[in-house]
Amino acid sequence: MGRPSFETRPAAAPQDEAERVANHGSQPMTRAGWIRLLVIAAAVAVLEIACRVGWIPVTVVIPPSAMATSLYDIIASGTHWNDILVSLRSVVAAAVIAVLLGFLVGAVIHAFPVVRGAVEPLLASYYAVPTFMFYPVFIILFGVGSGAIIAIAVLLAIVAMISATLTGLDRIPTVLGKTARIMRLGPVERAFRISLPAAMPYLFTGVKLAVAYAFIGVIASEFILSGAGMGYAIAYAYNNFNNREMYGLMLLIVLVVTVVNTALDTVDRRLQARLRR
Amino acid sequence: MSVALAEPAVVAAVADPHVRLTGVTRVFSRRGSTESVHALGPIDLDLMRGEFFSVVGPSGCGKSTLLDVLAGLAKPTEGTAEFEGRPIDGVPAGVGVVFQEDASFPWLTVEDNVAFGLRRAGVDPAEIARRVDYAIGFVGLRGFVDAYPAQLSGGMRQRVCIARTLVTQPRLILLDEPFGALDQQTRLLMGDELLRLWRETAATVLLITHALDEAAMLSDRVGVMSARPGVFIDIVETGWDAERDSRIVSHPRFGDLTGHLWEKLRTESLKHLRDG
Repeated sequence: MGRPSFETRPAAAPQDEAERVANHGSQPMTRAGWIRLLVIAAAVAVLEIACRVGWIPVTVVIPPSAMATSLYDIIASGTHWNDILVSLRSVVAAAVIAVLLGFLVGAVIHAFPVVRGAVEPLLASYYAVPTFMFYPVFIILFGVGSGAIIAIAVLLAIVAMISATLTGLDRIPTVLGKTARIMRLGPVERAFRISLPAAMPYLFTGVKLAVAYAFIGVIASEFILSGAGMGYAIAYAYNNFNNREMYGLMLLIVLVVTVVNTALDTVDRRLQARLRR
Repeated sequence: MSVALAEPAVVAAVADPHVRLTGVTRVFSRRGSTESVHALGPIDLDLMRGEFFSVVGPSGCGKSTLLDVLAGLAKPTEGTAEFEGRPIDGVPAGVGVVFQEDASFPWLTVEDNVAFGLRRAGVDPAEIARRVDYAIGFVGLRGFVDAYPAQLSGGMRQRVCIARTLVTQPRLILLDEPFGALDQQTRLLMGDELLRLWRETAATVLLITHALDEAAMLSDRVGVMSARPGVFIDIVETGWDAERDSRIVSHPRFGDLTGHLWEKLRTESLKHLRDG
């Protein structure tokens, strides 16, 4: 091109601007984090003492230490591996369907403002409806088994994804659309290279919620609609007065959900950090 | 009235206009109404190759509409807009735009932001690396290549956008109040960078601004627009040397120039205030 000489003449970056650059590395645990951990530890300790000294009868709640040993036995003996796998498979299937279908429906609603105007109030009041009441319908449609369970979990999770998609697409700054036009991007390239990444932090919040709702939907449905799965195993243990196993399984679910949520939350926070402007 | 200033800068030496607007008019129809709004024009304007032209005018006078027409983002309702002798139909190749709003891509690092356009155009990776490195160095962000926009200040993000425009080697650079969100000192310094960019690329520059001092300091010519519908009520030649920088604000003629611009603009701004 002949004009710029490609010799570098950097303008000085002012010091205060340099200071704005955030720390990329892993942050040490915050004060609030330590306090949170302390609160949980204290609650567990209180429960342990209350159970041990007999304030809470073991027929109602067993001590947390007994829950932990029960959990260890469940994992070591391998008796419930099949239930764990069945539940996780249903959760993954329900979350994937809810996220993909929710995104698609959200994108279509977003594209047609008239449809949106009609549908949005329904979406807003959706979670007032106890979705589980539809379980007989799903049994008729899918039979007893994973089909009906996944359907209920999808029904529970999908609206969170639709709402997140609408929010995400709304929040794409107009100037990015103009920039895409200036860069002469076609509609498909614009969707994948500008709109999708720009909306991603909001979409991922939808993914996080969809996974949480999928867990709730699957475990709760397994109590009534299944012959396998962690929800079924808890109900079975309860019906057979096996408190120890019941609490071990509950602890297992709490731990699995916490791990999954923490992982999703880490990604979520990284995506949200991009929006801090 | 025309302010008697020094000889016009040599930049406008080539006779054929780089950009030619003939009777350009934009009329909008209001959404949900049959009423139409005459936003702009008729505008007749020739921009010479390598010229730095600024447009000042009251809010809502159609300055940004004018830029949209030049960028190919909007079609004139009447009249013709030409770039390099061809009618503007869609976004022409060789045009770069820097907007007032932060248009950096928050999901990409500074380096990936700047390289974005070149990568999609399939430019050779070695060439991309060379041009991106030059552009990032030019705007003084070499220490921030791996940073994300959220980690940068507003001024730095605007420099990312300038670098992203620079790498595509535009022959016409359109700037829509690019420093509007910045403080006065940063604006003056960014103005210097803009002048450096202009000299190095030899591109034709059209700057939309509401800051009279910015227009007076940066431009070869300043077009003063009326309140809506925006037409040019005066075009002032500044006569500054091409090697100018922000220090010319202390030049005695600088005050005359901004004074003259304000004189022209005052009545129009009052009209805007009255009519909303």
